[in-house]
Amino acid sequence: MIRSYCTCRKTPFPLFDINILGATDEQLLRISRELNIGLSLQEMKHVHAYFKKKKRNPTDVELQTIGQTWSEHCFHKTFKGKIHFEGKEIDSLFKTYIARVTDELSPPWCFSVFEDNAGIVRFDKNHGIAVKVETHNHPSAVEPFGGAATGTGGVIRDILGVWADPIACTDVLGFGPLDFDYKKLPPGVKHPRYVYTGVVAGIGSYGNNMGIPTVNGAICFDESYVGNVVVYCGCVGLLPLRKFRKNAKPKDVIVIAGGKTGRDGIHGVTFASAELTEESENVSRPAVQIANPIEEEKLKRAINEIRDIQVASSITDLGGGGMSSAIGETAERFECGATIKLDKTPLKNLGMAPWEIYISESQERMILTVPAENLDKILEVFAKEDVEATPIGELTRDKVLRIDYGDERVAEVDISFLFDPPRTMKTAKYDPTNIGEPNFPEPKDLTEVLLHLLSSPNIASKESVVRTYDHEVKGKTVLKPLQGENGGPNDASILKPLEDSWKGIVISCGINPNYGKIDAYWMAASSIDEAVRNNVAVGGRRIALLDNFTWGNPEKPERLGSLVKACMACYDIAKAYETPFISGKDSLYNESPLGPITPTLLVTGLGIIPDIRSAVSMDIKAPNNAIYIIGETFRELGGSEYYRTKGFLGNTVPKVRPEKAKKTFHAITKAIDLGLMEACHDLSEGGLAVSAAEMAFAGGYGIEIDLKKVPTETQERDDFILFSESNSRFLVEVSSKAKDDFERQMKGTVYAEIGKVTKTPRLCISTTNGKVIVDASLKNLQTSWKRTLSSEV
Amino acid sequence: MKKEEINVCVLRVGGTNCDAETKQAFEELDVRARVVHLNEIIKQRNLLEYQALVLPGGFSYGDYVRGGAIWAKLLLAKLGKELKAFVDENRPILGICNGFQVLVEAGLLPGFEGASTYPEATLATNVPPGYNCRWISIKHENRGKCVFTCKIPRGKTLHVPVAHSEGRFLLPKEKEDRLLQRLYDNDQIVFRYCNKDGEPAKGRFPLNPNGSFHDIAGVCNPEGTIFGLMPHPERAFYWWQQPDWTRQDRVPESGDGRPILESLISYLENKS
Repeated sequence: MIRSYCTCRKTPFPLFDINILGATDEQLLRISRELNIGLSLQEMKHVHAYFKKKKRNPTDVELQTIGQTWSEHCFHKTFKGKIHFEGKEIDSLFKTYIARVTDELSPPWCFSVFEDNAGIVRFDKNHGIAVKVETHNHPSAVEPFGGAATGTGGVIRDILGVWADPIACTDVLGFGPLDFDYKKLPPGVKHPRYVYTGVVAGIGSYGNNMGIPTVNGAICFDESYVGNVVVYCGCVGLLPLRKFRKNAKPKDVIVIAGGKTGRDGIHGVTFASAELTEESENVSRPAVQIANPIEEEKLKRAINEIRDIQVASSITDLGGGGMSSAIGETAERFECGATIKLDKTPLKNLGMAPWEIYISESQERMILTVPAENLDKILEVFAKEDVEATPIGELTRDKVLRIDYGDERVAEVDISFLFDPPRTMKTAKYDPTNIGEPNFPEPKDLTEVLLHLLSSPNIASKESVVRTYDHEVKGKTVLKPLQGENGGPNDASILKPLEDSWKGIVISCGINPNYGKIDAYWMAASSIDEAVRNNVAVGGRRIALLDNFTWGNPEKPERLGSLVKACMACYDIAKAYETPFISGKDSLYNESPLGPITPTLLVTGLGIIPDIRSAVSMDIKAPNNAIYIIGETFRELGGSEYYRTKGFLGNTVPKVRPEKAKKTFHAITKAIDLGLMEACHDLSEGGLAVSAAEMAFAGGYGIEIDLKKVPTETQERDDFILFSESNSRFLVEVSSKAKDDFERQMKGTVYAEIGKVTKTPRLCISTTNGKVIVDASLKNLQTSWKRTLSSEV
Repeated sequence: MKKEEINVCVLRVGGTNCDAETKQAFEELDVRARVVHLNEIIKQRNLLEYQALVLPGGFSYGDYVRGGAIWAKLLLAKLGKELKAFVDENRPILGICNGFQVLVEAGLLPGFEGASTYPEATLATNVPPGYNCRWISIKHENRGKCVFTCKIPRGKTLHVPVAHSEGRFLLPKEKEDRLLQRLYDNDQIVFRYCNKDGEPAKGRFPLNPNGSFHDIAGVCNPEGTIFGLMPHPERAFYWWQQPDWTRQDRVPESGDGRPILESLISYLENKS
């Protein structure tokens, strides 16, 4: 503690006044640094001015509260701030590119977007679906198991925070190569294999223990993830819309419920808003919380009951920033103030300072506001479930936050000041990467190339991970992450949430980090396309999107430049696809001694299917059925797995052609509704050859393909057609009797019949004059696909 | 007993998480089922108002000691008398996954000589280790004692999912052969892991998903009224829960787990 700037009050607990009024700029910065509140000079000066008007110094509680509320993690300063870019000023990336899609489309089925813990769309007349995806990169880098587990725990609470019952989880992960050379590992960075096992176990333990199926996800491997692991945890919930209550008012009692408050998770958000360093391990370990999923399971039961009997006036979870963020946001949202009796908080540790209590991010806690007359009822419900719940204050009419500890007032700040930090002005610049397209001869043995691709970690089966997650609990999983006995990779998962309805929820995702090394715009566009086409492939439509950015330090103009580009793509493509964004989250400052992270945008797609009985899986069903390709193949191999296995990056990154793509998606949806398709699989990493192989071994039958029939823009080399990753494409299996009807539906799209299903269990691809270029047994293909990660967990 | 009179108690504690689908499955069979918290039933002392007791899957109290151990002790300590009366009246008790672990930890299964004061078997950590969620095949091997399979022909293979990390059924090593013989003599073996065609898994993963001794997936007590199994029949209840429904020409009307619950109802209907 910086004694020289602090005056200790004569209280029976630690409380300090921080002398900022007499501080120079340099001292202000030092105070920010030493209190670990992560405020910039501009922000510290703003604080200074505020307290100067109040003619007093702030307490440590106040400064910490301000630090938490204004952190990048809680306030999203980069997305809300102003940015200079290419001679123009962008006033909030979020408003200009993300929220604008939703505003302009304003679909009637969006119930609540961006304003709450999770986005909510309508499911049927009475029910809504809530969905949220969180990033938990920083804590997972320091403590993989705890970081990932609390990531899942946190996002489940976001769903509880909109009164929804969590019914499914998702997880999308990014790791460094598992065979990364130990000698190249800088101090303070954990080996990818250690991080991988820890993260996977952490996610599984939370979801499994809470009895929420983990149904969708992806795992990417990239060198830039060695120093910064990527952990996205998502959760989907179901809620009766009539019971959605957020109408708190002054005099409502504030109740904290769930786990006790402890020293785990102090300064989590400050830590998450900074770069990782060699010291992170030692300095930031306390920032990682400790998970107890059973506590949250009980909490869930109680909250569901409280929702059903409608006795609370609002709810929110305690996540980043702990009480400081949850109570402040609640007061702000309902245009109230709040008075908190901090000493009433149930604690894990004795001797915690008030500021620690107020910003602790200990897990499994929620804040509810309750009309005073309902307090006893609510406490009774919590007691029944063995959940501790304690009234700790009330909302007030004036818009002031007052915190007392015993008889001592430890903080008194205007809510309006707390939620009006100085806006940042950042500079962004974008220089297109200047990487050449590689020039190499076509390999002689393309079968070998295909087998190699199937075993590349990004494409290889993730079965060894997926099976450690319960994806069946609740008995609502209609289309599972792994299809059938051979565990084929389904494009999306489908849930049937209601007993008395055939309507289903379709969950998909899209992520293409490798493209981000070439062009952030097309990376983002491709991720949206992938999320949408995966959803469409199984029968999803009316798709809502979630955006999760994982980026480097936005103070660096070129990092911010690529972020701006990606946001532009979000607007362009999502608008064209008529897929509104309903929620999102960003994790910036992902930099380590190894450098910045590859710009990574995860797009999650949430669609519906009117009748789950028409869902289509990706495994081929019967010999002699026809195989069609829908969509055009371009020479787009920049950032492809094919190039990567050859050691190239290239520059011909896949583009998105929204008008054509939309036609394709509509045609597929119609064909699915008419029952014209036996199987459907999207084309992504590894292109046509990999998709065909996956469909074949998942179904147990062979496929014959004539490559010359594949629609391409220009004459291309066979290997380019086989492995190009052009967007918006599907492989479809159609029975011979449905072919005419199917082709009628495909009118107006680019499509071609390119082969058929065979009884012989081989994938056989031929080219000009019937020359066979790929010929492999299903067993061989499947073994290559399964062996890479089979024993990693 | 008339169907309308049947009331199934689906008991839960903190960490139980398969109660809703279990209840739903019973209701689908036109009997009443209620999810009851252990706290409530301890307070009301009304276990005997129910005709059947189900301990569903989950992670009771986090399973921080051993799967089912905490719940088992609490059950005996707080509800021991009622439970004994329940068992003595041959009222059926079903333990699924975590519920099976509880029944073993509580000494109710295998229950060679009635309820034992210590666990006579265990559901140990899987081999290969770790949580595993997959669909497997089990073969019905009971000769007629088990009331939970009275409507399932002997030798029939069922396709059902497992999802657990502690499911390896073991008997004390030194008495293994003798006790196995006893299980057979008493007709206590109900389900064994097998391949699609009903041939024994012989310990091979993933056919036998946890390394269970003698491929044992489910056992009952000598009376056949207490039954525990690791697979989840309630998750294999509807046709659309099956992993391969999209490739079946003629989709069956229901999943393979359903007859287990139907058998229970049928037993109760025939019970005086």
